[in-house]
Amino acid sequence: MTTDFIHPAFILIIGALLLPFIMGPLRKPYLILVPILAFASVLMMDNGTYGVVNFMDWELTFGRVDALSKVFGYIMTLMCIIGTIYGLHVEDPKEHMAAWLYVGGSLGVIFCADYITLFIFWELMAFSSVFLVWFRKRKESLPCGFRYLMVHTAGGLFLLAGFVLRYKATGALDFNLLDVAHPTYYTYLIMVGFILNAAVPPFHAWLPDAYGEATVSGAVFMCAFTTKTAVYALARGLAGLDILIPLGVFMALYGVVYAVLENDARRLLAYHIISQVGYMVAGVGIGTQMAINGACAHAFAHILYKGLLFMGTGSVLYMTGKSKFSDLGGLYPKMPWAFVFTLVGGLSISAFPLFSGFVSKSMIVAAGFSEHMYWPAFLLTLASAGTFLHTGLKVPYFIWFGKNNCSKETWERAADPPMNMNIAMAIASFLCIFIGVYTPYLYKMLPYADVAQQYHPYSSYHLSESLQILLFTALGFFLLIKKLAPEPTISVDMDWFYRKGGRGFFWLARKPIQAFDTWFGEVYRTVGLYPLMTTAKFWSWFDWHGIDGFVDGLARLVRSIGAKLRTVQNGRLQYNIYYAVSIVAVLIVAYVLG
Amino acid sequence: MIVKLIDYLRDRLKTVIRLCYLVLALLVIIDATPIVDKHHAHTAMEHLPGFWSVFGFVACVLIIILSKWYGHAKWFGSKFRIMSPEDYYDN
Repeated sequence: MTTDFIHPAFILIIGALLLPFIMGPLRKPYLILVPILAFASVLMMDNGTYGVVNFMDWELTFGRVDALSKVFGYIMTLMCIIGTIYGLHVEDPKEHMAAWLYVGGSLGVIFCADYITLFIFWELMAFSSVFLVWFRKRKESLPCGFRYLMVHTAGGLFLLAGFVLRYKATGALDFNLLDVAHPTYYTYLIMVGFILNAAVPPFHAWLPDAYGEATVSGAVFMCAFTTKTAVYALARGLAGLDILIPLGVFMALYGVVYAVLENDARRLLAYHIISQVGYMVAGVGIGTQMAINGACAHAFAHILYKGLLFMGTGSVLYMTGKSKFSDLGGLYPKMPWAFVFTLVGGLSISAFPLFSGFVSKSMIVAAGFSEHMYWPAFLLTLASAGTFLHTGLKVPYFIWFGKNNCSKETWERAADPPMNMNIAMAIASFLCIFIGVYTPYLYKMLPYADVAQQYHPYSSYHLSESLQILLFTALGFFLLIKKLAPEPTISVDMDWFYRKGGRGFFWLARKPIQAFDTWFGEVYRTVGLYPLMTTAKFWSWFDWHGIDGFVDGLARLVRSIGAKLRTVQNGRLQYNIYYAVSIVAVLIVAYVLG
Repeated sequence: MIVKLIDYLRDRLKTVIRLCYLVLALLVIIDATPIVDKHHAHTAMEHLPGFWSVFGFVACVLIIILSKWYGHAKWFGSKFRIMSPEDYYDN
């Protein structure tokens, strides 16, 4: 690595590994310093290619710096500072380590330029972020973390299969724009790997499941990094792939529908991540310069306001121990500042004028209209009415106003959160408003900055349109408020298939896949020997580093924790699913190389 | 300070509601005047005064009613509903 490029992921990973040794009064300054150093390293980067390492026959590139990677690197490290300040009161160093490794994984993906490096950091994200769920230490946290891990392992295997098949077909491992005009089977496999992390239905149920269960500060990290790193990967590799437009529009609406039904504030916000990422996915699918700008701008704004919303509802959970609307209500005299900060987040996500969403979301919708895609553009506008309905109105109303459902204990515990949490929320609130008021700050950072600066969100027509939609949505909310009263239920989603429908999967995993494995073993013994020798170089590397490093690591992890939990039926089930999926992946790789 | 302001407004809830209706009416009226430059409207129907007001209100009502129907309806001819009891996955 050259002197003018220090990888921010490197700073965070080393920082995380040293953290347990920094104790006493030095701990807190250190916690603030490391993310600031990472942020500074992004600020000081010049465009170019750095950190090229030759490994076996491949050239691995750790540091590709251009406008697209820089804007994502900037916001990720900035959010890491805010999130760490928010969690500053957490004494357990392990939680901070997990969070930093997770951000490190995300930054590794953002700055890499080949699929092998991408895959390694992609998996690092999943394996470190799952601890942010487990550290909640509830009875439900453990199976929830396993589900999260299993889904992401499966997604990672799709990605692995995709880029290995592409390598086989073209001999290229570079992570650049694929030929989206002529997509092939490997393009779609890579796409599935990416959109699983972007939480595109039907691969989305892991998101509300895990984010609703994560620790208070863990959720603040999780809501920022996984899905937006996936948006980056889509924008880099699959910009202009048509199928992403209907998928994005569908998920924007899907998230809204489930948000109506949701009783848990953090799960509601999680469903709105799906909805908001839908705009970005649709923007990437449209693929024009303006749409890509819009997707990046919206990802930037989204990380801040969604972080802010999770901080606001997280502080309610932290102080009262409750996050369900049916256990809360009327809290404004007890937690006024948390209310104000959450409201700022709510107005930002709803794209109120002078808040960040107004200058970012509209760029995607406008890109749709200017390409004469009327249906997607109108449906995305419809979804934005739903966003205001829930995040701008329902969340603040049913926590801080509405019917007081608090128990005596909840009411007594409620108060504004510790100073560090307030500071983090104040920083995020300031940025949400600053982006909305002073547009050049964000627009100058976008990949096509000259196009972005020709876009003027504060036209009289756009103002009139937005205010009408938002305020008449508010009218509808107050007229129908009785229908929206919280109901103590959970909403069944796609996770049903691996929670309740697991028995069917279990059968599938045992019978057909095992039969295939046996059959394949026979075939392999007879005809596979020669090709194996010729590709031994790849195998030895891939087996030891790629498969063993991550998959066996996971197996040991699953086994060690699983041993303690032998009584939990879910744990054993996932153990089987995990093996089944791994076998499928190894078979695919074996097939391709053999 | 914030609490005082909220209490002040809550004590005058009727006036606040009247003011809100006034703002809504003004929005539609202003939309009909040349102050709003509709040069950049994408479709013909957007030129109707108050088009986006109707759009916003109808969107809100549709989202609430359709979602609640989706959550409460009995699916597959059984007792199964999308909105299930909180212990649904426990048994």
